[in-house]
Formats: sequence, C-alpha cells, structure tokens
Amino acid sequence: MSSGAAVPTPPVPTPEVGTVVLTAADISRALTRIAHEIVERNKGAHDLVLLGIPTRGVPLATRLAERLAAIEGSPADGAPDPHAIVGELDVTMYRDDLHRHPTRTIGATRLPASGIDGKVVVLVDDVLYSGRTIRAALDAISDLGRPRAVQLAALVDRGHRELPIRPDFVGKNLPTSTSERVSVRLAEIDGASAAGDASADAVVIRPAPSPTGAAEDGEGGA
Amino acid sequence: MRHLLSTQDLGRADAVRILDTAAQMAATQSREIKKLPTLRGRTVVNLFYEDSTRTRISFETAAKRLSADVINFSAKGSSVSKGESLKDTALTLQAMGADAVVVRHQASGAPHLLAHAGWLDAAVVNAGDGMHQHPTQALLDAYTLRRHLSGTGLTAPGASGPDDAAARGAGLDGRHVAIVGDVLHSRVARSNVHLLHTLGAHVTLVAPPTLLPVGVQTWPCEVSYDLDATLAGDTANGGPDAVMMLRVQRERMSGSGAGGGAFFPNPLEYSRKYGLDARRLGLLAEHAIVMHPGPMNRGLEISAQAADSPRAVIVEQVANGVAVRMAVLYLLLAGSDETDVAPASAAQPVPAVERVPAS
Repeated sequence: MSSGAAVPTPPVPTPEVGTVVLTAADISRALTRIAHEIVERNKGAHDLVLLGIPTRGVPLATRLAERLAAIEGSPADGAPDPHAIVGELDVTMYRDDLHRHPTRTIGATRLPASGIDGKVVVLVDDVLYSGRTIRAALDAISDLGRPRAVQLAALVDRGHRELPIRPDFVGKNLPTSTSERVSVRLAEIDGASAAGDASADAVVIRPAPSPTGAAEDGEGGA
Repeated sequence: MRHLLSTQDLGRADAVRILDTAAQMAATQSREIKKLPTLRGRTVVNLFYEDSTRTRISFETAAKRLSADVINFSAKGSSVSKGESLKDTALTLQAMGADAVVVRHQASGAPHLLAHAGWLDAAVVNAGDGMHQHPTQALLDAYTLRRHLSGTGLTAPGASGPDDAAARGAGLDGRHVAIVGDVLHSRVARSNVHLLHTLGAHVTLVAPPTLLPVGVQTWPCEVSYDLDATLAGDTANGGPDAVMMLRVQRERMSGSGAGGGAFFPNPLEYSRKYGLDARRLGLLAEHAIVMHPGPMNRGLEISAQAADSPRAVIVEQVANGVAVRMAVLYLLLAGSDETDVAPASAAQPVPAVERVPAS
C-alpha cells in the first residue's frame, strides 16, 4: 500500500503502523551499549543521575540505570542503586512554544533524594528532533540545582536540529524527512503489543497522515 | 477553558484537571527557585473593585511565580472614583494588551459581563463577585480537601502528611463536607456547593434559617439547622469528613449595630448555636479537617481552640490558593486559543512526532 518506504532498512511493512526500524531486541542492545558508553565516558557510575524526560524518557532512564548497576557489579563495589539515581524531569513549563499549541498537561518532576548538585546529570529522551525539549530541560535543571555536568542520551536522533544541541549518547541515528513521524513504543507506557508479543518495544517510522504535508512544521514535539 | 467565571460551568474533568495541575504547581513551590518562565511576556491585570488583601496577593504571587507581568488596579484611588464605567475600564485594559483580567466586583455578574460583552479579548477570572461566586476559593478548598481526604488512607492529624500522588486524578467521591454559617452572604458557599457536588462529595449546609438564601432547596446539597446533629453524624451521610466554617459577613448585614442585624439575635447566641468550639471539635471524626476561607472572626463562628487545633488547615488553604491560581492562570493563558490557530498550511497542530501528547 505505502509504496516506497523512506528508509531502506530491513522493512517490516505494516500499513497501519508504518515501518519498524528498531525492534525490541535492537532497543535492548542500543540501551546496553549506551550504558557502557556512559560508564566509559564518566569512568564509572559514581555521582551519576539519570533524568528521564516524560513520557518515554522515564522508562528508558530506568532501564539504563538497571544496566549501569549490572555493569558496575554489586553495590559493595560502588555500583549505584538503580532506583536511587533515576529521576523524572517535566519540562512543560519551560517550553518556548506553549502559546502555539493547545494547553499541555503538566507532568511530575521527581528528583533522586540525593539531588543533582555536583552530580553528572544524564538527560534521557526517546527521540531527539529540534532540540527544543532539551533546551527547556536545561533551563529546568538550572532551576533545580547545579550539576557538575549535563549529558544527553537519546534512543533515536532523527536530525533537523534547530538549536546547537548535540547528544552524547545515541541509540540510532535515523535520517528522516520532516514529513515523517517517528514513534517510540515502550512496554512500560504502551503495554504489550496487540500481536501478543511479550514486549511492545519498537521504533516505528511512518509518513505523516496529513495530505497537505506538515513539512513546514519543524519545531514541534521535541 | 476560556474564562473561569463560576464553578457551575466546570465539568468534573475540567475540575480534576485544574486540581492535578495545581498539585504540580505546588510541587514547584517547595523548590529553592520558585519562579517558572511559563507565562513570560503575558500581562495579568488584577482589577479589584472591592477590598481584598488575601485574594489579590494570592493572584499576584501566582502570576509572578509564572513570570507574568502583573498590573494591580484597585478602584479606590483610580478613575473609577471619578465615575469611569466598567466598560471604559475594560476598553482601556484591552488597549493596553492585557492577556488576563482577574476581577473582583461587588456586583454579582460583573465578571460575566466583562467576559461576554465583547469589550475585551483577555481571559477573565472571577475573583469574587458580590454574593455570587468565588471559583478559585472553591477550587483551593477542593484541592485542600482532596489532599487530605482522597486516596486510600485518610490523613489523621499528626500523620506523615497527605499523599499528593495518591490524590492525582481523584475526585471527592463519597466524602461528606459540612459548610456552616452565613450561607446567605457567602459566594464561597455557593461556589463550593456546586464544585464539591461535581467532584462527588455530599454537602450539608448548616445555618440558621435566616442566613439561608431563597431557593437553597434547589442546590445540590442538604440543609440542616442543627450543627450538633450534623457533626454527630445524624444525617444519612454520617459525620462530616470536613467542616468548613464561613465568616459571618456583618458588613453585608444592614441595621446591624453590634449584633447580626435582623439575621440573628446576638453574636453570643450565634456562637453558641453555630460556632465551632472545642466541644464540637471533639464530635468530629478522627480524620476530619476544619477549614475556613478567612478572614476569621475568632470567638464568633470559630473559637481560638478550633482555629489553632492541629486539624485546622486554614493556613494550608492560603498556601494552596497560590498553587491553584497558578494552575488556573496556566490553563487559561499558556495554550493557544482555538481562535488563535493559524491557517493550516502555516502552523498545523504539531504532529505527535516524538511522543503522544499526554491527555
């Protein structure tokens, strides 16, 4: 039906849902690699705080924390408690496009008990696009404390940046057209898939449904 | 939501959304830096035709915490005292580019007129009009009630504290609230009856018959003339989970002298029959809370022991007022209006590219 998939990856064409570019196993492998990269870059996992950006950044941050704990070994060896280093950072009130869209519901911001002062904060989001969400997140962080450094991990980098923002850790670089949509589905948020798989994890790319083309609109969402 | 004029206009979903947003706003107020950039560049005008310190400061604080510019306008000392009409004031505000007008007026219906007469494009928030409505007060009362009463566990005095996460998305289903005192002159009571009913709570109004308005039987609540019986749980709903004492508004009672005018024989009798004192406090259930919209007449409708008891949440109500008003201003001002949506080719609603918008 949809002739000409936009990305020449091994396509699993499903007309309603688009093309699956990352399967559950791919996502798992990408997160494991990112976790190793975080440990390598920071020479361990001390003083790390993972802040997930709702909605899907939060389960991704939790999964990364579990992998970090597994990499670093037992807590006696200095490995972090995966639940004590994960937080949630809602950036709604810091967005610069609030007046351009219908009112957004405000989410929760929840920091680890240790706070973020002097820590290395890794922001975790599912898709990196214009960079505006990350700009808002940086503003939000500066109101919450003063971390030693802020790094950025994104599961998918789809390009089209509008701000000088660059991710430190990327699961997959996915060149896209602005007329395409990238959806990340995670079991924690989206539940198990209808097909009965154990996990609903997938990254799906599909053309935007609008016939007029939303190509002019480059700054939404992220 | 374009304006906030009356709690009667609020559906349950809207009300719960305001309370949930208020909870998130309250969470930001415990931070070191309380100010958010959310409404930067927006102008909020506090248009107060009637004296009010608490409400005006609360709205002003809320707007400033969201980085909006605030203009305070009080009728005293303004051109209103030279005879300027509400319409001309509204046109002036429109010309100055106000994005929201918070209006308190001694005339019931003035905010409605301001919102619908076509003088202003701004969002209008009713901050109390005559004896009609005071919706943000009702919302802050509902928010306070929900913090203490919703969820699985009721908060007993001295417990670790309300669980805000458990309250999220909840209403006040099955709770019983007694509103006691001068219902006749109280916009707080009118607003609360409708909002609490919308949120699923039972409301009992307790007042002397002279202080109940005509037509109260059409309101979605019960009416009692006996405070002791209500507190003891003689009604079908059992004892109240919260008691909301109303201020006796003697300034609205004509021919008053020292007493209550024609409404009650004298303050002492009112206090004996409808005042919340230590004895009546003892009749309340363990988890029940005591509320008062302030300012209190200590010794008249509420005794010092009741006002200062650990189950009184009167000071917390003030703090919650800022969070609720932040939520209202955010919901009215942050998003685009339907009317503001640009042509489809220029700025379509963002495709839900990265994440499905939480709804």
